[in-house]
This record gives sequence, structure tokens and C-alpha cells, in this order.
Amino acid sequence: MRGKFGLSGILFVIAIVVYVGNVLGILLTVILDSVSKRWYSGVLPHFLTTQWYAYVAQDHDIVNLLVVTFVVAFAVVLISILIAMPAAYALSRYEFAGKGLLLSLFLLPMIVPPIAYGIPLAMVLYKARLAARVIGVILANLVPIVPFMILILMPFIEQVGANLESAAQMLGARRPTIFFKILVPLALPGVFTAGILSIVKTISTFELTYLVAGGRSQTIVVALYADAYAAGARPPEAVDALAVIYFLTAMICLVVALRFVSPTQMVFKIR
Amino acid sequence: MSLGRRGGLVALLAPAVVFIVFLFIYPFLYGLVLSFSDPSGSFTLANYERFFGDWWERRTIWVTLWISLPVTVASVALAVPFAYYMRRGIRGEKVITFFLIVPITLGTVLVSEGMLTYMGPTGWLNQLLMAIGVVAKPVRFTHNYWGVAISLLIQGFPFSFLMLLGYISGISPDLERASQMLGASRIQTFLRVTFPLMVPGIAISFCLSFVAAFSVFPSAVLLGEPSGPTRVISISAYHWAFEEFNFNVASAISIVMAAIELLVISGVLVWRNRMYRGASIVGKG
Amino acid sequence: MKDFSRFTISEVTKRFGERTALAGLSLELRRGEFVTFLGPSGCGKSTALGCIAGLVPITSGKISIDDECIDDGRTKVPPERREFGMVFQNYALFPHLSVANNVAFGLKLRKLAKEAVAQRVDAALKLVHLDGYADKFPAQMSGGEQQRVAIARCIVLEPRLLMLDEPLSNLDAKLRIEMRYELKALHERLHVTTIYVTHDQQEALALSDRIVVMQTGRVQQIGTPEEVYASPANLFVADFMGFKNIWTGRVESARESGDGIEYSVALDGFTLKVRGAYREGDRRRAAIMRRLNDRREVWTAIRPEDVQLGGQGDNVVRAKVVQVEYQGQVSQVTAVAGRDTRIDLRPSAPVASGGTIEVRIPPEKVLVFADGEAG
Repeated sequence: MRGKFGLSGILFVIAIVVYVGNVLGILLTVILDSVSKRWYSGVLPHFLTTQWYAYVAQDHDIVNLLVVTFVVAFAVVLISILIAMPAAYALSRYEFAGKGLLLSLFLLPMIVPPIAYGIPLAMVLYKARLAARVIGVILANLVPIVPFMILILMPFIEQVGANLESAAQMLGARRPTIFFKILVPLALPGVFTAGILSIVKTISTFELTYLVAGGRSQTIVVALYADAYAAGARPPEAVDALAVIYFLTAMICLVVALRFVSPTQMVFKIR
Repeated sequence: MSLGRRGGLVALLAPAVVFIVFLFIYPFLYGLVLSFSDPSGSFTLANYERFFGDWWERRTIWVTLWISLPVTVASVALAVPFAYYMRRGIRGEKVITFFLIVPITLGTVLVSEGMLTYMGPTGWLNQLLMAIGVVAKPVRFTHNYWGVAISLLIQGFPFSFLMLLGYISGISPDLERASQMLGASRIQTFLRVTFPLMVPGIAISFCLSFVAAFSVFPSAVLLGEPSGPTRVISISAYHWAFEEFNFNVASAISIVMAAIELLVISGVLVWRNRMYRGASIVGKG
Repeated sequence: MKDFSRFTISEVTKRFGERTALAGLSLELRRGEFVTFLGPSGCGKSTALGCIAGLVPITSGKISIDDECIDDGRTKVPPERREFGMVFQNYALFPHLSVANNVAFGLKLRKLAKEAVAQRVDAALKLVHLDGYADKFPAQMSGGEQQRVAIARCIVLEPRLLMLDEPLSNLDAKLRIEMRYELKALHERLHVTTIYVTHDQQEALALSDRIVVMQTGRVQQIGTPEEVYASPANLFVADFMGFKNIWTGRVESARESGDGIEYSVALDGFTLKVRGAYREGDRRRAAIMRRLNDRREVWTAIRPEDVQLGGQGDNVVRAKVVQVEYQGQVSQVTAVAGRDTRIDLRPSAPVASGGTIEVRIPPEKVLVFADGEAG
């Protein structure tokens, strides 16, 4: 197919151009709008300004939003590695009764939509006085990430191979030594991949965070949604300025992530 | 030895099991119990009656399906030929997949916020359409059904596409060659070999895209008419939980949501098994 | 079986960018013939197969059957209309179809009546001894059984040409020999013109009417198994056909006799007498005589099986045994003679490692190559 450009090739290129054009259009409008003064018509805004960023800085505690966003993302990743790693190890190394059931149980949070289990979860967290606090946001975000992590880690652990562990055992290594000296270093690329994908995912998770966050435990997406929702309360350019701040945060993480994983990998495992 | 092994197994699985029980199963059961209780805690079907008995609430199911099913079908239907076209890789694949992953990563909130301006009456899209002469007046893309549908498609298509691309590249190219050598044209090969082999992947990506589209929330609020035509089921659930503070009805709606999704997913899986009888035997596909 | 009288492949070349994967392959196939493309991996044999099948577009050259041009680099008959059959290395069975439907795949495309399809599928499955397997799925079958399905799927269409791409390489040793035997029986029964690709010289020798030995995209020799085995055209073919002892040396003296050349070659530490039965007009004879006159380097080659333990006459050399590997009937012995000349032999008598032995290198079994570049 390479080099040959039939009708299907032309259609393909047109479709891709339309798609990419619209995505770029959406992103560029947000960016341009955030630095423009009264851009209601015309191809480009007439006056550029940074006043909306000053406005956002006054309106929100940007530093707190960023800190919460990253604290949540990193805490979720660290905790889920600690939970998922042993589970993934057990699931890929041992055969035991009820293994299939357990696996589908771990899969369930990835199939059920966040709103459906998020509302009861939020109620439980409110009752436990954990909601509207960073800890509650972290707990809620763990729900989709731990299963996701287990699914990514399992093939990596299977790849390490049980005979490598048997070999280490024959050489006189004890279980903990095998785990930390053989398995952990060899599965590290998998842990890294899973971690980076989870960070990107957590930063952009909206529904779950929205349902349990409040006040100073908001992440950037949630603040952005709240601003966009209360459209009349502030100038639209100011909303776009916050959108750009979120956009930059997420894009930096995405670009870093894409250095290590491919887009297909991200989606096939994401969600 | 056996006891030690079992002990080790329990220790390895314990954190994950505790996690899933406390953060997923317990809340879910809690919600299920709430949905069948009145505020005093005794059993009742009133919460479901309240949802199904009220036309305004009941219709959220149809509203949601009316948005999510066409969008999911369109996403997957578009994704299949694209994934097929790119199955052996093409030039510029990295750039293309980058632009596909961006809207997924950025999430609905940002895409919706951007669409409001970009597709608004004076936005670039309408300016362009009018400049080309396709339309005389600005088209209304936002604050209606189409705004929500487009925003879901912008995320649903790349999602299905990238999933299918990952799936299709796992199908051995020798199978297509074998089909050709047996006398099948390119179209026959697609219909008789490639497409049937893609069915399990299509089924999975349909299910996951549908789950995402059915629970549409932020874009239905920001880009649609949340008080009318795009009042989807998650808006209703949110409304009962956090505006009425009636957790019993809200739980009932959540349960209904989950039930509908499981229903659609099992329907898709039944279809898949019909289409692909070898599936259970082939395993990996 | 569809008939043809001339199947011509001429000067077929395939380049991938700068790299030439296949350089000017020319071959005339006879009807019913079993031809093997033999060579190490990357020699271009699979590319050649792909070109003939139409799966790989050719850069230049021409493939034609009688007066029908199949492919000349510009216009080509697409693979699906060539009426060739191909068995892939990994069998490429359709995992979503039962065995019967795999075999029926091509027949259904040809819009045959249902009964005719069923009948021919049954016959084909019987032919490969798979009656009773019709409703199984590929994943439920062993490698050998899948292999048979792949073959049945091709021959049921009665192709003009059957192509097999390393069909036995994924089978275990015992099954490989069984299937080899069956392939031979099948060919003798059906007489379908066959191109077989392998890197295994034993398979090639056992199955073929003719062997095409290839290396780095070029044909090294085309000949019957006997020709290729006994008189390899160059050092590469010799090496590939099991001439494990290859020594370089300088010709000291030479004498032409009626049906050959007799000469002595100075090796590293001893002198080798060689009697080459080269007929008048043999290009090797002429080349060797030229080299002899130049007193340039030559390559001598002999199979380990032809080296004798003990004996009298010419070329008896003392050698120190460095390694013995017991292989049942014979042992594989490596010895060192002269300064550092390795001699491999396969004696049936026991030999002690570390000891000294006398070996005889029969002069008439030694091949001499004047041109060693191909190796």
C-alpha cells in the first residue's frame, strides 16, 4: 500500500486533515481567546492581553490547584503500584480456585462508568468524612487505576518468566531476595509504563474527582468545569485562561509519556 | 509447603482484595441497599417508581441512548476502515496517532470548553464554512444535541480507532495473503477473513466506547441543553444526589445506569459469539 | 490439474531501496516438477517465492506461463487470479473457520455448488489423512495436522503451481521426517508442479527433482540433487552441502590427464594430492588450469564422511585428536594436522580424545575451487 495512492488513500488523507484541523482549531481557539481582548468576530483577535491570566490568578489559588492535581496523581500512582504489584504477581504466577472470578472482579471498575459507581462511592466517602478532602479524592481515583495497573503489569510479570525465579532459587536465593533482586528490576519497565499512563489518566479524570472533591481539594479539571458551568459569572476569556493552564499541564505529561509509550498502548489499556 | 504457599498467596492478594471490597463492592452494595430503602431505612420500591413513573426522568434513558448509541456506532464504523487502512503502518503514523490521543488525554471538559468558542456562531468553523460558501448563515453546533454528539465523537472515534489499530496489528498478515492466494479479491478477503477476525476487537471497543458515551456528563452540561433535550441520565443522577440530596433516588438511578450498560454489553457479546464461533476455541484471536 | 507447457521465470529482480533481495532469477519450470529453493535465511528464497506468487511486486524481469504474461514489473496478474497455491510457514489457517470451511474457502469463492464443494473437501481431507477432522477448529489441532489442512486447502483448488514456504520448519524432528515422506508421496500421486522453499539440505535432497541453491539474492547452482550433492558449483554450495573440511592452499604442480587433472596442493604443514575428474570443457577445469598457471591460491574441500581413519597410499596425515563426539554408528572427530589444519571426520572405529591418529584423504574425493569469493 505504501506509495500507492488510490481513492481510499485520498479519502483517508481528507478525513485525517478534517479531524486534525478541527482538533487544532479547538485548541488554538482556547489559547487565542485566553490572550485576547474582545474577540467576538473576525479571524484573529485585534488586541492581545495577559489580563485574563492575572484575573485567574486572583480568582483561583492556582498553586493550590496544581499542587492538589499532582499530589493526587502521584499518590494514586504510588499507592496503586503497592496494591497492584503483588496482586498482579499472584495472578500471573499462581493457579488457584476463583482466579477467574477475581480477575473479572478487578475488571469491573473499568467497565462500569465512573458516574454509576461514583455517586454511591461519594456517598460512602461523605459518610466516612473523607470526601471534600484530598485523601478522599485520592481514594476515589484509586478505583479505576488499580485494576488498570494490574492489567498492565500482568503481561510484564509473565514476561519475566517463572524459570528465572526458579533459577535464582536453585542458586540459593530466598523468596524476598528473588522478589526484590530479580522480579522488581526486571518488571521495572512495566511498572514505569503503568505509572506514567496512570498519571496522565488521573490528571484528566473528571467525574470521580468532581463527585468527591470540594473547596481546596479540587483539581484543575474540576475547577475548569466549575468555571465553565457558571458561564455568566466570569468573562469567557478567563475560563479559557484556566483551560490553557490545564491544557499545558496535561500536555506536558502527555509529551513525557509519549517518549516511553505508544498512543495505541495508551488507549488500549486506558479506560 | 502448601500452607506456606497459600499464606503467601493470601498476603499478595490481600491489599487488592481489601481495596476492591471497600472502594468498589461496598459502595456499590451500599448504593443498591439505599436504592431499595426509604429515608428511614425500610424496604421500598418508591425510588424506582419515582424514576420510572416520572416521564421527565424516564425519558433521560432514551435521551442518553439517543446520543450514545449513534455516536458509538459512528465511532466504531469510522474506526474500522481507518484501522484497516493503517494496519501495516503508513507514513506520518506517529503524527496522526498523536493528534488522536490528544483529545482523549485532555478530556471532555477542555474539548467542550474549546468547542464552545470554536464551533460557536462566530467561531472559526462557521467563518470557514461561510467563506467556502457551504452555508449562508452560521450553523448552530453548540447548546444542542449536535454539540454533545460531536464532542463525544471527537473523543470516541480516536478511542475506538487506536484500540482497533492495536487489535488489527495482532492479526497475522499471512492470513490475508493466504486468502488472496486462494483466489479472494481484496474486498472478499476483507469480508471473509479480516473483518470476522476483527469482530472480537470491534465488540470490545464498541462496549468500552459505549460505556464512555452512555455516562456522558460534562459535555452534555456545557455543550448541550441540560435542562431539556440533552438532559442525560447522569445529569439526573447528579441532580438527585447533589442538588436534591436524595441519595435513595440517586442510587436507584445509578443502578439503572449500570444495569442498562451491562444489558447493552451482554447484547454485544452475544452478537460477537454469533459472529465468531471460533472465539472461545481460538482464545487469543 | 491445469496444464501448461512452459513456465518461465526470467531475470526476476527485487530491490528494497538500496538492497537487492533477489538478483536476476531465471528458471524454467517443467510440468509436474518438484523444485526446491535452498539457502540460508536471508538468501532471497522467500522473496523469490513471494515474487512468483505475486505477493511481492517485482522490480524487473518477467514471469510467464506459455504465452500468458503473469508479471513483468509493470502489469501483473494479481495473486488471487494466478491460480497458484501457497502453504505458509505458520500455515496461516483462518482461526475463525472450521477445518472444512478452511478447505472450502477457495471453492466457495469460485461459486461451486454446495454438493460439489462438500465432495471435494472430503476428498482433499482424505488425501491428507484428516477424514473426521472437518468440524474441528485450527486451534484444536497439532502443528502437523494444521500443516495437512494448509496443504489440503491448496490442492483442493488444483493449482497450476503449488508453493510451500518452509512448511516443515515448525514441526519436531520425528514429525518432520514423516511429513517429508508424505509430501513426497502426495507429489508422486498428484504430480502438481511444486516450488518448495527450505534451508534444510536434507529436505531438499530427499524431495526435489531439481534444487536451486541461493545465496545473497543470487542463484549459485541449479541442478538435480545428485549434481548439487556431488559436484557443487562453488565453495558456498560445497559448504552448504556438507563439505565441512575447507582448506586453502597453493598449487605446487599439476598435470592434465585425459579425464581430469592430477596435482598437489601445499596446505598449512602438509601437501595434498588431488585427482579431479573434470571432463574436457568443464568450466572448473579451465578455471583451475588458469589458476594453476598463475600459481594462485585454491580452496580444497572434502566431506568428513570421506576422510578415512588409517590406511595407506597418498595423503596419509598424522593428526592430533582434539575432540570426540559419540553419535552412535559413527563418532564426530575433530583433529588437527600440520600446523593448524582442522580435519573433521566420522570414523566408525573408536578414537581416543588427545591421542594421535593417521587419516587418509582420498585424492579423488577432494574438490578444488579456484574461486573462493562465493564462500
